[in-house]
Amino acid sequence: MDLLYKIFLDPFVQMGSAPDLLLQTLWEGLVGGVLYALIALGFVLIFKASGVFNFAQGIMVVFAALTLVGLFALLTRVGVSNAHLAAFAALGLTVVVMLGLAIAVEKLVLRPLVNQPDIILFMATFGLTYVLIGLGELIFGGEPKVMITNELFLPRGAWDLEIFGGFVTFQHIDIAAAIIASLMVAGLAVFFSKTRIGRALRAVADSHKAALSVGISLEQIWVIVWFASGLVALVTGIMWAARSDVSFALQIIALRALPVLILGGFTSIPGAIVGGLIIGVGEKLGEFYWGPLLGGGIESWLAYFIALVFLLFRPQGLFGEKIIERV
Amino acid sequence: MLYREAGQFKTNYFADQAVFPIRQDRIGVAIILLLAFVAIPLYGSNFLLQAVVIPFLIYSLASIGLNLLTGYTGLLSLGTGAFMGVGAYACYKLTSLFPGVNILIWMICSGFVAAAVGVVFGLPSLRIKGFYLAIATLAAQFFLQWCFVRIPWLVNYNVSNAIEVPQRMLGDIVITGPNASLHTRYFTVLIIVVAMTWIASNIVHGRIGRMWMAVRDQDIAAELMGIRLLRTKLLAFAVSSFYCGVAGAMLVFLWYGGAEAETFNINQSFFVLFMVIIGGLGSLLGSYLGAALIFGLPILLRLLPDALGVPMHSATIEHMSFLIVGGLIIIFLIVEPHGLARLWQITKQKLRVWPFPY
Repeated sequence: MDLLYKIFLDPFVQMGSAPDLLLQTLWEGLVGGVLYALIALGFVLIFKASGVFNFAQGIMVVFAALTLVGLFALLTRVGVSNAHLAAFAALGLTVVVMLGLAIAVEKLVLRPLVNQPDIILFMATFGLTYVLIGLGELIFGGEPKVMITNELFLPRGAWDLEIFGGFVTFQHIDIAAAIIASLMVAGLAVFFSKTRIGRALRAVADSHKAALSVGISLEQIWVIVWFASGLVALVTGIMWAARSDVSFALQIIALRALPVLILGGFTSIPGAIVGGLIIGVGEKLGEFYWGPLLGGGIESWLAYFIALVFLLFRPQGLFGEKIIERV
Repeated sequence: MLYREAGQFKTNYFADQAVFPIRQDRIGVAIILLLAFVAIPLYGSNFLLQAVVIPFLIYSLASIGLNLLTGYTGLLSLGTGAFMGVGAYACYKLTSLFPGVNILIWMICSGFVAAAVGVVFGLPSLRIKGFYLAIATLAAQFFLQWCFVRIPWLVNYNVSNAIEVPQRMLGDIVITGPNASLHTRYFTVLIIVVAMTWIASNIVHGRIGRMWMAVRDQDIAAELMGIRLLRTKLLAFAVSSFYCGVAGAMLVFLWYGGAEAETFNINQSFFVLFMVIIGGLGSLLGSYLGAALIFGLPILLRLLPDALGVPMHSATIEHMSFLIVGGLIIIFLIVEPHGLARLWQITKQKLRVWPFPY
């Protein structure tokens, strides 16, 4: 009886009695959710266009952030005195690197493996993960680095708002992350629905064969989606690293973002966003209000359980296409 | 010329159903067993036994377990590491609760505990498939690892929060613990692995194996033919987890000699999955070949700079081996997506028609 009270009543009483704390938790959940959503977005872009479950998305985030910081250090050493100039030059060069990565992946990994079963392509992205880890550590070293937030004009500091008789802190960087993420999603949405390449992408997502038969180049499309998700990875890397620092531990967050995928559906961009927010908020609320009951640290698996509960009712995820199977 | 079945007639059904119908195969297996039971313990160095052969055998068993699930039944699982952990922790709990019972019995029993846990986490496989299921099994990985860290009862409230393998005897031979001799541990591992491979081979060649493969090829069609999906899929999860559990118990009790929750982290799961994919899905031989390659490759890469006389920083070697292993995985997948087992089949065919091209 006492346990039931603790599980079903006590957390809500706590929420009601300290609404400012609840609001703070919700806000942090939303911010975490935005970042999960961004990683999931990278996954979805590639899965939609090529049917590849890209396990390397997490390490791509790390690799992009490392490249940015590494290039910035290189440029300042070479003698670019203006920090802002160096930072934005590094940003531009990183974009070029991500384009190179996309082309290399298409040429060396995807094209030779065309028409293989999904699991083989999945394992190939595992191999890619190892290659990127090795490459990143060889070139940039394994030690954590500080993200160049000031040089990129990313705001620091926080607002303390007085709400419900308490203080709720909004970090500027979190607000910036939310704004940039929504801008990027909006941009992608426009790109997908209005441009010629975007329509070609959707055609490829619907059917490879039909798209080929109307003259769409699969190779070109694959380079574009890998480049697009490389850009998403770069933005994710900057935002995430601005809150902590750039290190290989970041790739763990990619594993945290996987439940977002099954929750939202592998093929749905809105699913990735909504799923990310649900998981982010659910995780923070669960950890804060129910975590102490179980001894804490439940963040590592709570997201998976939230996703599993949803899956029991909708096996294809919230927004996924209905799975139709024929014998 | 050498490898040819011509002239080997089968005169009864029993001979026709044999696992190794060709005489040369039987001789080959006998030679391998002879090597494993006699030559390696006699002539193998301690380094070879401790750092190469024992872990190779244990990982082979784990990848046979995963292969039964992923290769034969078509259910992708990323929770192998956690199921191995369940085996190890169960074995530790059982042997510390009942120290008088033979440790080998507890190793097998811990497999049953892992099987039970596997069945619970296999339940979602009835609703969801493919990558959705793979991610759902990650739930098992993270939840179980959290349990290993957070439930001190599992490690008998040790301060170190880790398993410390106690000394256990079989008759008057020390089998586990710091005083167990290398050769005792080797023979224990070898006997268990050989016996369980034999059992697995019988399972996959029999009715159950056929059911699994039918489910793998098309589960709706299998259901229409009268195979009960619930039982078949859960049985696959149970048997697979059983194998992984026993492998996990051996990993800790006969190789590491101690373990913490981090031993059974997600990388362990991926490691075993690599072995299965590179070795060949749906092939017991492939499990061995994959384990040999994936486990042996980093060891070779670490020894290589010394052998070539190139001085290298150990951290650099570590990074290089990541790079090379990753690259080789991609190359292997491109060259032979069906794994090393398929390469062996091609070689066999070539041997059969040699010296003619076809």
